[in-house]
Parts: sequence; structure tokens; C-alpha cells
Amino acid sequence: MLGLTEQQKTLRAETRTFLDAEIAPLMPAMDQEEVTPPAVVKKLAERGLFGAVIPKEFGGQELDAITVGLLNEELGRISFSMRDLIFVPSMVTYAIARWGAREQQEQWLPRMATGEVIPAFSLTEPNVGSDAKRVETQATLAGDSYILNGRKKWTTYGQLADVYLVFAACEGKPTAFLVERNTPGLTVRPMKGILGARASMLAELELKDCRIPAKNLVGTVGFGFQAVASAGLELGRYCIAWGSVGLAQACLEASLKYVRERKQFGVPIGEHQLVQQMIAEMVANIKAARLLCYEAGQYRDAGDPRAAMHANLAKYYASRMATRVANDAVQIHGANGVHPDYPVARYFRDARVTEIIEGTTQVQQVLIARRAIQQGDLLD
Amino acid sequence: MKAKIAEFLGRYLGNYELGDDEDIFATGYANSMLAMELVTFMESEFGIRIANEDLRLENFRTLNAMAELVADKVGVKQ
Repeated sequence: MLGLTEQQKTLRAETRTFLDAEIAPLMPAMDQEEVTPPAVVKKLAERGLFGAVIPKEFGGQELDAITVGLLNEELGRISFSMRDLIFVPSMVTYAIARWGAREQQEQWLPRMATGEVIPAFSLTEPNVGSDAKRVETQATLAGDSYILNGRKKWTTYGQLADVYLVFAACEGKPTAFLVERNTPGLTVRPMKGILGARASMLAELELKDCRIPAKNLVGTVGFGFQAVASAGLELGRYCIAWGSVGLAQACLEASLKYVRERKQFGVPIGEHQLVQQMIAEMVANIKAARLLCYEAGQYRDAGDPRAAMHANLAKYYASRMATRVANDAVQIHGANGVHPDYPVARYFRDARVTEIIEGTTQVQQVLIARRAIQQGDLLD
Repeated sequence: MKAKIAEFLGRYLGNYELGDDEDIFATGYANSMLAMELVTFMESEFGIRIANEDLRLENFRTLNAMAELVADKVGVKQ
């Protein structure tokens, strides 16, 4: 891609070499067993990846948006779960850096930057998905504490996390709280049998009279969704867009290798024009999605208010693109495409998840269409 | 300052004319994306930093309140 700085190119190349050598070979087993071993977390932590979006003054890397995007692409290229491992906690660290009190930032961010403390973003509930403002979990002020009661579901890497950014209704308004793993009354239950991103160690949380210090409130009462969650979700959507590009890139690379080697009717299947059609669609759509991601990153780095909408647009396009590309990659591989000896079955399952998380395809369609109809100028 | 904020908000309000002291949340035009975009706009346009202690509805309820918040911040900076 044109326009990258030398630093961005170098970091991308080094990250790819590291991931291909050290992590990618472990992915089939991690997917099968639905687990990310501590040794893998440690390897990623040693590269400073958990500090990607944390300000330098708190020990982070404070990377620009394009570099953050490139890292998501490279992680997504080997596994969507590895992307989750780094950039779902980043939704929390970014939200704390953006809206946390100074004391919270000093308390948490340095240890989150090193990976010593891993945070999880805990918004979704059994009954509350897209309509996230209406969380049913309740928080009540009691002296110098808040008491939390409720249930959370689909918390990415919730099995591994040390602290949760929990969204609860406080005085009837969405509000964000940091809940430590060892809080009495908090039960963390692993969720198994997931279709895609199976190594992401999802968890269900049950909060039963969890008493947390009042200072663990992030932002202010009533701004849990519009400020704290929104900051995390905007970053999350931007990152998933890039991660989807990486996932599709992996599908393309596997397909290119296969069409050169696999022979049918006496020639490599890449000679067959209907296979070529699928390859051409993959190449064009991946590049188009990458450019949308790049543009969203430029808006983000410029501090432009249109960045949020462009992150939605990039996420919408890239996730749909990834499911189509993964579908074609399986088709090109034929029977081999549905067997774990080849990686594309895993990519196909992972790709399906990207259209659901951080705003479904349908939620994005509504947001994009409304915006285009009401304020076309913001999509210039 | 107020005119610039009004111009930005105007993109969300269609043809609706917002009064300086009118509650924007009562107009029905304020959606969930507006808050973050408004904060980003105010920060980049006026070179200020809106922090967690500023997250109060009163600060964003009317054009006058927003202009006052910005004026306070610019004053602090100088």
C-alpha cells in the first residue's frame, strides 16, 4: 500500500515475521481447544502490543491510527482471536485513557501496557445486544462503594481477564465501572463451543452483590454509553475493519497457494477461468476494504469528528467482504476447504463472527443510510 | 465560537433552527453518535481537551452551555 511511512512499513514487516514464526503454527490447536495459552499472551506482551493505544506517559506506545490498523491486519491475518487478544483490551485501555480519572489512569494503564493486567470489555448481556444503552445490570451507590448486580455475556477473553469494564444502569442511566476479577460475588463462567474466533476465551459473568470502590466509576454517571463505551466501540469497529482485511488477506494467500498447486483436468486450477473470477474478486475487494480502512485511519489521526462514521463504514464493508472472501476460499479448496488440514475452514468460521460483533451489519446499514440521507456532507 | 458550534450541530438538525438556550436533547435530533462527534469537534476546532469531569449533561444541553464550556477551557489554557 502506498503512503505508509518507513516506520509503519518496518513495524508491519517485523510483526508479520514474528507472528508467522512464533504464533501462527499454534493457531490450529488453539482453535480446536478453544484456548490461548499463557505463553502466547506473554510473547505478545513482550512486544509491547498491549500498550498499543496507551499514552507514552503511562508506558504505552501511543501508536497512530494507521499503525494500529496495520497491527490489526497482521494479527487478523494469522487469527482473529489474536486480534481480539490485543485489541479488545485496547478498547478498555483507550476508554480509560480517554475518560478515566487521572488516578485511574495512573493505577491501571502502566500495568495494562505491559500485559501484567489484562482488561475485558463487558457490555453485552443475555438480553441486551445491539440495544446496548438498555443494560439490565444494576449499580447502586452505598456509602463509598457501588453494589453491582446482573449478568454479562460474550465477554471476549473474559476467562483470562484480571479486570472488567462493566456497563451497568446507575440511577437508571448507563454507567461504566471497573470490576476486579477477585471481587467477591463475581463468577466467571467459560463459554464453549463457539463457531469462530474460538481461542478468544469468551466468558459469562454473574455479578451478585459485587461491592466495588466508588472510585472505580469511569467517566460520570449517565455517560457510560455515550462517552466511555462509545470511545471503546469506535476504536473496536476501526480495529475489526482492519482485522477483517487481514483475515481476507490470509484467505487470499491460502487460495493463491492452492490454485498454483492443485491440478484438475490436467492443469493447475488457477488456469480455470471461474476460479480466476473468484481470485480477481478477492484481490479487488480486499484492496477496496483496505483503502476504506486507511481513510478511516486518516480521519482518526486528524481528530476529525467524521472518524466515527468512517470507522462504521469501514467495519461494515470489510466484515462483509471478509465473509464473502472466506466463502470463496473454501469453495476454491473444494473438500479440502472443509477440513482442518487446511486453514480456510477456520478463516470461514472466524469471518462469520466479524459481521456480528461491535455493531451488526444491519446496525451499520441503518447508521450509514440515515447519515447519508440526513447529512450527506459527513460522508464526503 | 457559538456560531461554529451551531454550524456543526446544524448538520444533525436538518432544517431545525436551534435556539441558543434550547435543550438539544429535547429536539429529538441528538443520537448516540452525536455526543462523541461533538466532543471531537469541540476539541479539534478550539484546541481544547474535554475531560471526564466535564462529562455533565448541563455542559452540552444548550448552545450557550457548550460555548461557555469552551470559553472556560480556552481561558484555562491561556
